[in-house]
Amino acid sequence: MSQIFARSTNIWSKVSILAVPILVAFLGWAVVTISWSGYVTGQGLTRDQPVQFSHAHHVGSMGIDCRYCHTTVEESAFANIPPTKTCMNCHSQIWTSAPILEPVRASFRDNTPLQWWRVHDLPDFVYFNHSIHVAKGVGCATCHGPVDRMPLVYQENTLQMSWCLDCHRNPQKYIRPRDQVFNMSWQRPADDPGMGERLVKDYKIADVRQLTSCSTCHR
Amino acid sequence: MDPKPATYPAAPLIEPGHTFGSITDKISAVVLSGRQPISWFVVLSIGLLLCGMLGMAITWLLIKGTGIWGINIPVGWGFAIINFVWWIGIGHAGTLISAILLLLKQGWRTSINRFAEAMTIFAVMCAGLFPLIHTGRPWLAAYWLFPYPNTMSIWPQFRSPLIWDVFAVSTYFTVSLLFWYVGLIPDLATLRDKAKHRGLRIAYGMLSLGWRGSARHWQRYEHIYLLLAGLSTPLVLSVHTVVSFDFAIGIVPGWHATIFPPYFVAGAIYAGFAMVLTLAIPLRKIYGLEDFITMRHLENMAKVTLLTGLIVAYGYMSEAFFGFYSANKYEGFMIWNRMTGPYWPYYWTLVFCNILTPQWLWIKRVRTSPLPLFMVAMVVNCGMWLERFVIVITSLHRDFLPSSWGMYYPTMWDWMTFVGTLGLFITLFFLFIRALPMISIFEMRSMAPEARMPGGKGH
Repeated sequence: MSQIFARSTNIWSKVSILAVPILVAFLGWAVVTISWSGYVTGQGLTRDQPVQFSHAHHVGSMGIDCRYCHTTVEESAFANIPPTKTCMNCHSQIWTSAPILEPVRASFRDNTPLQWWRVHDLPDFVYFNHSIHVAKGVGCATCHGPVDRMPLVYQENTLQMSWCLDCHRNPQKYIRPRDQVFNMSWQRPADDPGMGERLVKDYKIADVRQLTSCSTCHR
Repeated sequence: MDPKPATYPAAPLIEPGHTFGSITDKISAVVLSGRQPISWFVVLSIGLLLCGMLGMAITWLLIKGTGIWGINIPVGWGFAIINFVWWIGIGHAGTLISAILLLLKQGWRTSINRFAEAMTIFAVMCAGLFPLIHTGRPWLAAYWLFPYPNTMSIWPQFRSPLIWDVFAVSTYFTVSLLFWYVGLIPDLATLRDKAKHRGLRIAYGMLSLGWRGSARHWQRYEHIYLLLAGLSTPLVLSVHTVVSFDFAIGIVPGWHATIFPPYFVAGAIYAGFAMVLTLAIPLRKIYGLEDFITMRHLENMAKVTLLTGLIVAYGYMSEAFFGFYSANKYEGFMIWNRMTGPYWPYYWTLVFCNILTPQWLWIKRVRTSPLPLFMVAMVVNCGMWLERFVIVITSLHRDFLPSSWGMYYPTMWDWMTFVGTLGLFITLFFLFIRALPMISIFEMRSMAPEARMPGGKGH
């Protein structure tokens, strides 16, 4: 009877024993890498905004407080985007004819809001409240990164659930004194390792079981 | 093979007059001759039609969601769970035949193990479909069910029996598939050597993994086959134990019972043997395999069915007794509601099917007559489905609070999905018969008189 397979089939069958696990491992690695990448999470990506508004300039150089524009952050779930009138408080007086600010003046003239691109966008099935985080000592920079050094705002963190849970499971590692929440350059004091635990107690931060309960965020 | 031929004049395991060659030719001809009996086409057509209906039912389910089924509170587990448990139970006989009877050196497993294992695999496939589509979004099921390091940094609830079920069933499927495939390799090589068409020779050649039948090949084969039998043996007991935990871990009266694991395992083997009989009796007739699947096989399977049926009957009686003896009014009400509540016809039909009908098997003439045996097996198949219906529905529909009582009515889509999986099973099984030897050729050769001659392979 003639042979069905060529002699080289032996080597191919042996190679395939190795190749299939390697291929499966590679596919697994690729899926993990892609799902953690900025391409999927938006981490580290900047977007072109209608006006090239620089937080680095306004916060870092001029020293404007976060709450001057984002007025509702302490009382409401949503930290508001300021209306054009807030811009015009200053820009009716300075840089009144700068070409870069023309969209702002147009918005003010026509009474149509500027259409900003949202950078930090949580999924709709997540309930997030800014006011409780600010009240319990989570600094702006803890989640949003060094906004005072961002010419255009980008997403500092992955905003993945694992990132949320990291803090909900270990709040003492991330919270700071309430009076430092809006301080962009605050550093954790090296000589006070017990500060986190103390603040968790002082601020009556809920038990980890409650912080990590499904319905705390998914309501 | 037969320890006491003088005092135990049972039918032979293979009819006289067969040689190695006649066995090989007879079994491989089903696959290689290219001619199938007309009934093969009829049954496969029915199976394919039902598969189409299954596809329709699932498509509509994915478009509309599980609201198209009859499930709601209080009965959140309807047909999907009933059918899951029924199908997965059926698979158990295949594993028992292939693994436990192998380790116990029961020669009569030889001609029925191949298609019984195929039955296991297809039954587990039908079973696995139900929890997946019960999620409503099966494409997300992998991330709900399997623990893997994910971007949410959370794990499935390891304290839930539902996640144990995922592991039990996926292990069961993997081991069953490997066991079946390993057992097929020498036969695939036979088909490769006997096939005329070049494409067939290449296909069977690839599948037989270079089997040449050398002594080293046989030694390795025996090792791996025994190892897999050892792996499968605990699965016969563990898989349905874990399935029973889906119920027994809950606190619902009618589910929360320590008797559930053994009672489920016995029920699984009972249903499985009934299904093996349901398949074997028509098959040996259609393909003229009475020489290989003899009366001895049918009678032995009937005996196992009777034995496991008695264990199941004991389980039902225990449930009724516990309801009374526990002095717990919820337990007592549950069993009373089963017997006399709105679902009473189901309960009493179940008693008729699963307790009364198999009593016919005490009679030797019934055990050795294909048609009555087939009818008993069919009744048991229905009875075991009813058993799961009674356990799931009557326990849930009236539990602790009368204000939350309700009724469960399956919809057209429930029935279409269930009957559709029957079609899927039939289709897969008849394609298997067409493409692979339904009886193990090389193991049957070991049953031939030649194999017991000096120098023969008594394996």
